[in-house]
Amino acid sequence: MAHPVVIVGASMGGLRCAEALRRFGYLGPITIIGEEPWKPYNRPPLSKEVLAKEVSHSAVAFEERSATADVNWVLGTKAISLDVEHNTVTDSEGETHPYAALVIATGLRPKRIVVRNSELSNRFALRTLDDAMALREQLQPGKNVVIVGGGFIGCEVAATAKKLGANVTVIHNAAHPMLRQLGEELASQLQLRHEAEGVRFMLKRSVEDLIGETKITGVKVDDGTVLDCDVLVEAVGSIANVEWLSNNNIDRNDGVLVDSAMRVMRKDDSPIKNVFAIGDVARFANPIFDHVPRRVEHWNMPTETAKRAASVIAAMLNQAPNYPAILDDDFRPLPSFWSDQYENHLLAFGLTSLADRAELVAGEISGECVFEYYREDQLVGVCGIGMRSVVQGYRSKFI
Amino acid sequence: MIKIEVDMTKCQHYGQCVFEAPNIFRLNSDDKLEYTAEADDSERANVEAAVDVCPMQAIRIVE
Ligand SMILES: Cc1cc2nc3c(=O)[nH]c(=O)nc-3n(C[C@H](O)[C@H](O)[C@H](O)COP(=O)(O)OP(=O)(O)OC[C@H]3O[C@@H](n4cnc5c(N)ncnc54)[C@H](O)[C@@H]3O)c2cc1C
Ligand code: SF4
Repeated sequence: MAHPVVIVGASMGGLRCAEALRRFGYLGPITIIGEEPWKPYNRPPLSKEVLAKEVSHSAVAFEERSATADVNWVLGTKAISLDVEHNTVTDSEGETHPYAALVIATGLRPKRIVVRNSELSNRFALRTLDDAMALREQLQPGKNVVIVGGGFIGCEVAATAKKLGANVTVIHNAAHPMLRQLGEELASQLQLRHEAEGVRFMLKRSVEDLIGETKITGVKVDDGTVLDCDVLVEAVGSIANVEWLSNNNIDRNDGVLVDSAMRVMRKDDSPIKNVFAIGDVARFANPIFDHVPRRVEHWNMPTETAKRAASVIAAMLNQAPNYPAILDDDFRPLPSFWSDQYENHLLAFGLTSLADRAELVAGEISGECVFEYYREDQLVGVCGIGMRSVVQGYRSKFI
Repeated sequence: MIKIEVDMTKCQHYGQCVFEAPNIFRLNSDDKLEYTAEADDSERANVEAAVDVCPMQAIRIVE
């Protein structure tokens, strides 16, 4: 029997890749290996509406489609090594999985802060459903919640914790929350809206130490302030899950480098024909912007890159005559991002973090508004609060 | 025929679906989502793509 397509990471990217393989006419076996015990689910609600209500797998699970009913799921199992010479993956149960093609969809894990007292309990990070369930239990009215990191996830958790009645302080190392992605004007506006809801910010600050016996009771900030703390949430960025790929001469410096067909690159810059990477873990150049390979942690990227990889894999394994043409297809997916904080619903296209300036082009800064983001004279992004039709109208401007 | 359901308690009117299946989904003049609940099978691929891009995962195809 033919070897399967093996997908590592039972993630959104992994699921969308399996579905797309079927859509592109690959009928052979598919195995999905996932470290988490769950079938793929949607992560964004974990910091937003689901965290505010009840966190459960059914609240966030992706609907299963009949096309992928015959996928072989190997869950609660971690891939621990790869051998690209022999085309095999070995898992934590000692099982070896030969593959016809491999898809790496192992995503990211949260970075943690490094401090002296790091073994104290009641420290949380937010990536998985299990993380969200554990955190949800602690977000009670009156609790002192300290969030380290004022990026999107930190700010969304701040908004949700506030809604749940907690006292919330955000410690952030820049002058405004979400500054890198939104620019000075919009970031400071969102800061005001958070402050109006009662969130306190400590800006250009970091954590010096944690205080407590076994459970955390306080946080010492680097200006000497000591904050009461029942729950610490660390939202200080992420690390790509690439350790298991070692010893294969793969470029895995900040995620896995791939070409425009999502094929994994060796350190000598040659692609491995039957090994692909997709989603948050994949680093690739997007010609919309330039030729610099980047990881893009936006929710639409796993789906876009999954479909691209699946089109190539299906053509390769089906020995389709147009395989070379498919390999050469242009791949320029438009990143898209959204965020919900209180009644502020942000929608963005492009890569706003590349910009050196932002310009208000519609609406009022105090209400609904739209910003354009430029790197020199190039439009690299757009972001709006509300005003959907205006923001959606920008899609065609990035081609 | 396929049947399409949007959970309007989840939908935040982002309009991502409009781009994938413009024959089915549209934003009205108030920027609110409107959609056609039944469509020809030929729209299935577009509606599945709309399901994939909906940030709130609010769209379902009812078989
Ligand atoms: C709380 C939260 C809120 C977010 N909100 C937004 C938002 O509002 N807007 C937006 O655009 N994006 C948002 N994102 C980002 C978005 O969810 C991610 O871009 C997306 O989930 C990435 O999907 P992925 O398929 O690349 O992999 P991931 O979702 O990271 O999944 C990777 C999977 O692989 C598994 N794995 C790792 N290593 C191994 C191994 N060795 N063997 C087997 N399995 C392994 C992991 O356990 C995990 O299940 C948010 C993310 C989080 C965590
Ligand atoms: S993409 Fe989803 S949230 Fe957005 S308008 Fe369509 S159904 Fe509503």
